[in-house]
Amino acid sequence: MFALEIEDLTKVYPSGIQALKGISLRVPEGDFFALLGPNGAGKSTCIGVISSLIIKTSGCISISGLDIDAEPHLSRAGLGVVAQEFNLNMFETAYDVVFRQGGYHGLSRRQSRINTERYLRALQLWDRRDLKVRELSGGMKRRLMVAKAMVNDGSVLILDEPTAGVDVETRHATWDFLRELNGEGKTIILTTHYLEEAEQLCRDVAIINNGELIANTSVSDLLHQLEVETFIFDLAAPLEGELRLGGLEWRRREGSEVEVDLPQGETLNRVFAEFSRCGIEVISMRTRASRLEEAFVSSLGEYQQ
Amino acid sequence: MNRKTIWNSFCTLLLREIDRFMRIWIQTLVPPIITISLYFLIFGALIGPRIGTMGGFDYIQFMVPGLVIMSIISNTYANVSSSFFGMKFMRLIEDLLVTPTPNWVILCGFVAGGVVRGLMVGVLVMVTALFYTEVSIDNIGLTLAVGVLASVIFALAGFLNGLFANSFDDISVIPTFVLTPLIYLGGIFYSVDLLPDIWRNISYINPILYIVNAFRYGVLGISDIPVGTSIAALLVGVALLFSFSLWMLNRGTGIRQ
Repeated sequence: MFALEIEDLTKVYPSGIQALKGISLRVPEGDFFALLGPNGAGKSTCIGVISSLIIKTSGCISISGLDIDAEPHLSRAGLGVVAQEFNLNMFETAYDVVFRQGGYHGLSRRQSRINTERYLRALQLWDRRDLKVRELSGGMKRRLMVAKAMVNDGSVLILDEPTAGVDVETRHATWDFLRELNGEGKTIILTTHYLEEAEQLCRDVAIINNGELIANTSVSDLLHQLEVETFIFDLAAPLEGELRLGGLEWRRREGSEVEVDLPQGETLNRVFAEFSRCGIEVISMRTRASRLEEAFVSSLGEYQQ
Repeated sequence: MNRKTIWNSFCTLLLREIDRFMRIWIQTLVPPIITISLYFLIFGALIGPRIGTMGGFDYIQFMVPGLVIMSIISNTYANVSSSFFGMKFMRLIEDLLVTPTPNWVILCGFVAGGVVRGLMVGVLVMVTALFYTEVSIDNIGLTLAVGVLASVIFALAGFLNGLFANSFDDISVIPTFVLTPLIYLGGIFYSVDLLPDIWRNISYINPILYIVNAFRYGVLGISDIPVGTSIAALLVGVALLFSFSLWMLNRGTGIRQ
């Protein structure tokens, strides 16, 4: 059983813009899935169509095996959606926002109270439950959006940029919470601009560009496709003169930093050996970008060619 | 969704609507009382005695049913159109659209919220009238039935207005340029029998006339129009507007891209 199945999905807006051009993908139940793409690629349109906020032009979508056209209401029963932009009533309390969403899903008042408390506590908002939404910080509002989407205890949670604009601490707390939910068997589908986030959290990934699906694979497979990974080395002293690193490509950076391209299959030991051979001391080392980011850029580059 | 979950969704939406207009009661419940008090004071207590009787009642008593139904109509309409458009504007409607709640439940929830506000205002205006004149209700069942049917019709009309509206201006255009003239020319302040033939015949195409007269028949026992015709017109109006609203909702007009 797939949590989400999309078959040949297209969307043409009345303005004539074709936002989705025949996308097909499947997300297994219990997966942690990232939908990536540059701005305007069609990610939010895709999520809008899945959550029935946007009417598709053609194609089929099933959520937990239920076709959204044949079973429009049932297919949404197990779905939670966190929109990219805040859609919160600024005059309601944090508690009421989540509690009412439970009611809209058809939960009894008692069940809605239980779920509201559970998710407000899980997202560290319980102490702020009586504050009006307008009194909450941006990060709290973002977490409130997640609590609101989860209150129905759905099996599929879709998050459109769930950690946009939140501080590092909150982002990591949200990651932990999402991992916990995924550990309970919930399918999580997210879009994000933080590729580190997708790399840290997700097992599978799809990349959309210009309304087309250009990659749909596991994160590890995508990373394996990387031909070269770039590392930055902070040297004990600035480099003087030329450096021969046994055929490895390298470039100077500011100060005492150099970046070295390491082809797939090579180990870092080789770089360190070359540095030792040249009498160069290395203080620290880091990757230039997240590996997924490199894979993402590489996929987009191949698509554009 | 089963019956219980549908009922839970409906109650949540209805309670949200009631909570909304009760939270801002100074804007929603008080103004109609002040406006209607002025009508009673100026047209009823000051000018009314010079007019004498109409349909066998003091002029101020003749006005009461019309002013009550006018308050019900305008408040019901305003409640649903502004609430629904407000939810669209703040994208709160998405919270409903992503749930399994059927569209007819969404429609009924908004309509019921408007009807509750309309009837609350109607009762408050009726109580206000008692400070100025004696009013005894001739047929309470008919009065209630007409009050509810009229508020349902205008709740549905307000819903459609909210559905099509793209800006806050759009939800004030219909009340200002269509609803208000129809209400004032709908026989609230006069009997259409007083009008010359041509204006009387033109008045018969005003739907508000049927509502005002049916309500007046319930309260005072007098009407310019056969009550059966008015009730039938109201029922047909409810059925047509409900079907049309639901069809538009199912199409996603105004709410889904």
